[in-house]
Amino acid sequence: MKQKLVLIGNGMAGMRTVDELLKLSPDKFDITVFGAEPHGNYNRIMLSPVLAGDKKLSEIIINDLQWYQDNKITLYTGKTITKIDRTKQQVLSDDGTVANYDRLIIATGSVPVMLDIPGHDLEGVISFRDINDVNVMIETAKTHKNAIVIGGGLLGLEAANGLMIQGMNVSVVHRNNTLMSQQLDQQAADLMREELEQKGMHFLMNHQTEALLGNERVEKIRFKGGLEVNADLVVMAIGVRPNISLAQASGIQCDRGILVDDTLQTYTPTIYAVGECVQHRKKTFGLVAPLFEQAKVCANHLVDMGIASYVSSVTSTKLKVTGVDLFSAGDFIGDDNTEDIVFKDTARHIYKKLVIKNNLIIGIVLYGETIDGLWYFSLLTEGQDISKIREHIIFGQHHI
Amino acid sequence: MTTTSLTTCPYCGVGCGVRAKKEQDGTISIKGDKTHPANFGRLCSKGSALADTIGLEDRLLHPHVNGQKTSWNKALDAVSTGLKEVIEKHGADAVAFYVSGQLLTEDYYVANKLMKGFIGSANIDTNSRLCMSSAVAGYKRAFGSDSVPGNYEDLEIADLIIIEGSNTAWCHPIVYQRIVKAKQQRPNLKIVVIDPRKTSTCDIADLHLPLKPGTDASLFNGLLSHINQQQCIDWGFVNQHTEGLADALISAELSIADVAQTCELSEQDVEQFFQLFVKNKKVVTLYSQGVNQSSSGTDKSNSIINCHLATGRLGKPAMGPFSITGQPNAMGGREVGALSNQLAAHMELDNSVHHDLVSRFWQTNNLATKAGAQAIDMFEDIASGKIKAIWVIATNPAVTLPNADVVRRAIDACELVIVSECELNTGTAARADILLPALAWGEKCGTVTNSERCISHQRNFLPHPGEAEEDWWILSEVAKRMGFGDAFDYQSSAEIFREHAALSGFENNGKRDFDISGLAEISDQQYDDLVPIQWPVTTKKQKGTPRLFEDKQFFTATGKAQFIAITPRAPVNACSKEYPLILNTGRVRDQWHTMTRTARSARLNAHISEPIIQVHLSDANRYDLLEGGLARLDSLWGNMLARVVITEEQRVGSVFVPMHWNDFLASKGRVNALVNPVVDPVSGQPESKHTPIKVTSYQPTWCGFIFSRAPLIPNDSEYWVKIKGEQYWRYELAGETTIEDLSNWTKKQLGEEGEWLEFSDQSVNRFRAGKIINNQLESIIFISAKHDLPARSWLSQLFSEQELSDEIRMSILAGKPGAGLPDTGPMICACFGIGENTIKEAISCGSAKTVEDIGNLLKAGTNCGSCIPELKKIISA
Repeated sequence: MKQKLVLIGNGMAGMRTVDELLKLSPDKFDITVFGAEPHGNYNRIMLSPVLAGDKKLSEIIINDLQWYQDNKITLYTGKTITKIDRTKQQVLSDDGTVANYDRLIIATGSVPVMLDIPGHDLEGVISFRDINDVNVMIETAKTHKNAIVIGGGLLGLEAANGLMIQGMNVSVVHRNNTLMSQQLDQQAADLMREELEQKGMHFLMNHQTEALLGNERVEKIRFKGGLEVNADLVVMAIGVRPNISLAQASGIQCDRGILVDDTLQTYTPTIYAVGECVQHRKKTFGLVAPLFEQAKVCANHLVDMGIASYVSSVTSTKLKVTGVDLFSAGDFIGDDNTEDIVFKDTARHIYKKLVIKNNLIIGIVLYGETIDGLWYFSLLTEGQDISKIREHIIFGQHHI
Repeated sequence: MTTTSLTTCPYCGVGCGVRAKKEQDGTISIKGDKTHPANFGRLCSKGSALADTIGLEDRLLHPHVNGQKTSWNKALDAVSTGLKEVIEKHGADAVAFYVSGQLLTEDYYVANKLMKGFIGSANIDTNSRLCMSSAVAGYKRAFGSDSVPGNYEDLEIADLIIIEGSNTAWCHPIVYQRIVKAKQQRPNLKIVVIDPRKTSTCDIADLHLPLKPGTDASLFNGLLSHINQQQCIDWGFVNQHTEGLADALISAELSIADVAQTCELSEQDVEQFFQLFVKNKKVVTLYSQGVNQSSSGTDKSNSIINCHLATGRLGKPAMGPFSITGQPNAMGGREVGALSNQLAAHMELDNSVHHDLVSRFWQTNNLATKAGAQAIDMFEDIASGKIKAIWVIATNPAVTLPNADVVRRAIDACELVIVSECELNTGTAARADILLPALAWGEKCGTVTNSERCISHQRNFLPHPGEAEEDWWILSEVAKRMGFGDAFDYQSSAEIFREHAALSGFENNGKRDFDISGLAEISDQQYDDLVPIQWPVTTKKQKGTPRLFEDKQFFTATGKAQFIAITPRAPVNACSKEYPLILNTGRVRDQWHTMTRTARSARLNAHISEPIIQVHLSDANRYDLLEGGLARLDSLWGNMLARVVITEEQRVGSVFVPMHWNDFLASKGRVNALVNPVVDPVSGQPESKHTPIKVTSYQPTWCGFIFSRAPLIPNDSEYWVKIKGEQYWRYELAGETTIEDLSNWTKKQLGEEGEWLEFSDQSVNRFRAGKIINNQLESIIFISAKHDLPARSWLSQLFSEQELSDEIRMSILAGKPGAGLPDTGPMICACFGIGENTIKEAISCGSAKTVEDIGNLLKAGTNCGSCIPELKKIISA
């Protein structure tokens, strides 16, 4: 008689765990998956290309329904789990579906942070999280003109770019002067802004949103200081927080995220958690690479191998944002005790900066040309002294 | 249609024949003249690059008075009235001409005739004074005449060639090539090189004697007494045709050990040299500036001639003392008598017969009677106010004379400075009150005489640019305005040449060595068609004279050659604690004089691009000089900056610096500012090869270089050198004050507009920038705190690129090309930087069939997975 495994969350982290599981021991579990969204599991990162019209929805589906059948996985789409009964070891969904488990994986991901300001609940105020948001944007673009994106981070700029391609007149609102401050320093951020402005994107830097105005549907956005701008659509992309409401309600230990140990196990031994909903050694997660690492480790323990343990390390981000290649890692801002090695080819929109401390690379920003990113990153992680190659390092590995 | 003219090279004294071909579109191509006896078609690097140096940029094309462009008429009036006023007020000796071995014989003749014959002073001297006046004095003391006995062929048929004080390989390359060929054909032809430096000339030497600078006379004195001890004196010749051997032997009394000690050579080497001389009858001693440019240069040349006289080795094929001259027409200058101690046509000022003869020939009663000021004294007389008007023709004393900074101040202070030039930018022209535009090589037409007494026709093949004129025309026009019209009513250079030839034969009857009366009657056509011919040329010797003294008759009072008793003298200024090093100056292979012509050629600038100081490793260590670093040189008279080249070619304690760089090409590269104003008492030739100096490491706060398609003025750089390249100007820079905002400073230097590349690593003061216009490199600048700048060669090539590839664009500021990554194709997996080609390769070679395979193999698609759809497409394709 097989053990029962239930997965809450049909997203990338959870399903990657199932993938790893099937690789290790295909017949160990009867697997049941609950997904709040009415689709098979898809690549969330690819929502931007879909919005930008580069990809069709069908192209970003990772596993279609047939795949679930082939692997004898019970999939419930469009069903939200409302309760976890830890003593009975069962989960209950909004439509009354009940499923028992021997092992449970919580992979509820994250929820977008929405500004709690007047008008935040007006029609036309959305986030950029799932296929539904994308559909809303594409539809709105057909009938409306002015879009406002609040938040000049990675997600915000991708939303803004997509909306612009969908034909809307887009302004990005940002609370300080540095776009994508998670990934870029001021110089690179300025390059990014210039490039997007050339494409026709508008920016309201150092603006703080005070309220959204309108009767049923949003019509205007007002900023501190009183400036008002027309807005038929407002996309909030000011960040995400781990989605822990269910876990909390069910008495599972949480802080900012669901607390897990190095095996991705929660304080309830039968329950594991992976992905953006977890908090591991004070850290929460937003990028895909560590999630996949977690999936590997989690699966390893679910099949009782018990040899893997998760270590979260310095991560580099290599991105293609609105067609621009970016790479950044480590402390790419630096301080009084660090030294910058900089290369610029402004006409070609190329900017490279290495932050050096005691002849070690401690930070990297690459804008426009990222071919050497992973090499720099390996020098950073391996702590290699660069004094001998300092003259040519900025020109890349093939100049050493 | 294309035209071809036979002419001669304007550079060294070898006097090679040149074939200038002019295409329909006006482009000029240069080849050696196969028919010319000096080079038989060969040319050296400088000669071959002559076509690069033709061009009107920076040419003086119009007369100027006090900086204002004016007409010839006004300019010539200004010159003549200026000169007349000075003469009326202060006498004829208050004016002087300083002329040049670059002049054609006809120009030279007219200048000399005007000054000595009609102005009535002998204050005309030539830059040949700096070059071979000691050789002239040596010949005259020995032979009674300024006669080069042999010729180039002697070098090819000799059994022993002694090359003394000459880097023939670089300074007379074609003569050197002839020697190399002879050595190849007859390996037992022995070659001895006597030079403190181990120059390129030593490549073919069987023996190199790196003697202590200035000790040449001791070496040849030693040789003379060795010849005596070995009983190889040719008594027959000595008794019948010479005088003074006994005294010469007494003062030459030196043992091999003495010589070795004095000259700081090994006894074995000295002995080997002496034995070679004794053993080989067919010996030519070829000597040049290393002998001449010395306070005892005349004695040195006589110490050489003594040995040839003692063994009777001259006046026959394959033997003789052979002074090789530095300039294309130094010999022509000697023939017209344009040295201040000569009269004309190898006649003497202090000889009443000659004086009477020339007075009658020129029909003047104002012929100068006493020697005038020699180059160095001339400019001292200018400084002291004794000379109030100077006319400088075709030379650049502000750069070339010893103690050049004092010379400059003298010129600045001089009442009237007249300069005839073809170049606009020379240190002397910059100081002129009156500037007269002269024709340059290829435009002017006349005769020159090379080192083997061979007269050739230097022909024009280019139109006269602007208002430039022949030097003889300019001189004659001034003469007319000074009231000497009848004597200067010349219509052509042919006419002048005939007069010059006639004078050489006038009442000569074999009494004077220089006689070309055989050419006195030639027609204009014959003059135009004149083929190279060696003087004397008389009615008896219509075909010229390959060798002199075959009859053993000399031009002394007794008809006998004179031994000169030589007591060697050390250079005047010895090294001291404060100035411990000996400065030796000279030429480099690919530059000429003050570079006004050769610096126009990119390929000539490639050999040695900067003022350098060559120094031995142990001296470099002693004075902390780094290879490629900068050094400051100081003497009692001046200072300069130079790039350090460490070489084993130098003797310890002695350094070498090229003589070429002028103010327009380098901020502090004029070596003659340091050279001591010391001259040979007999010849008046400066001691340019021996000045005590000190050398210290120059420590700028930054150094760098600029390449720019357009010339610019380097700012904020204490050290700069300007170097013309293929389609760019290069500037080597160093500065003493750190530049704050290099990015802005650079844009000020090179101009904002264009696409900028920038690389900075401030903490180590490294800054580099490049400007690109229309995808072509426009300019680059590299700055560093240390001498760690990359090689210039690859960067320089980029200026010839029609279009910069992206890969090169990204490499420019690296200063070197990348390793050339394989073309991975368009990026598919951004996370791991995997390109389409790489993936296709993995598939085609069968190692990858599925997306998973690709992931395992290349990691592609295993991070964000965004590229999995593309991967699938590639696989299914």
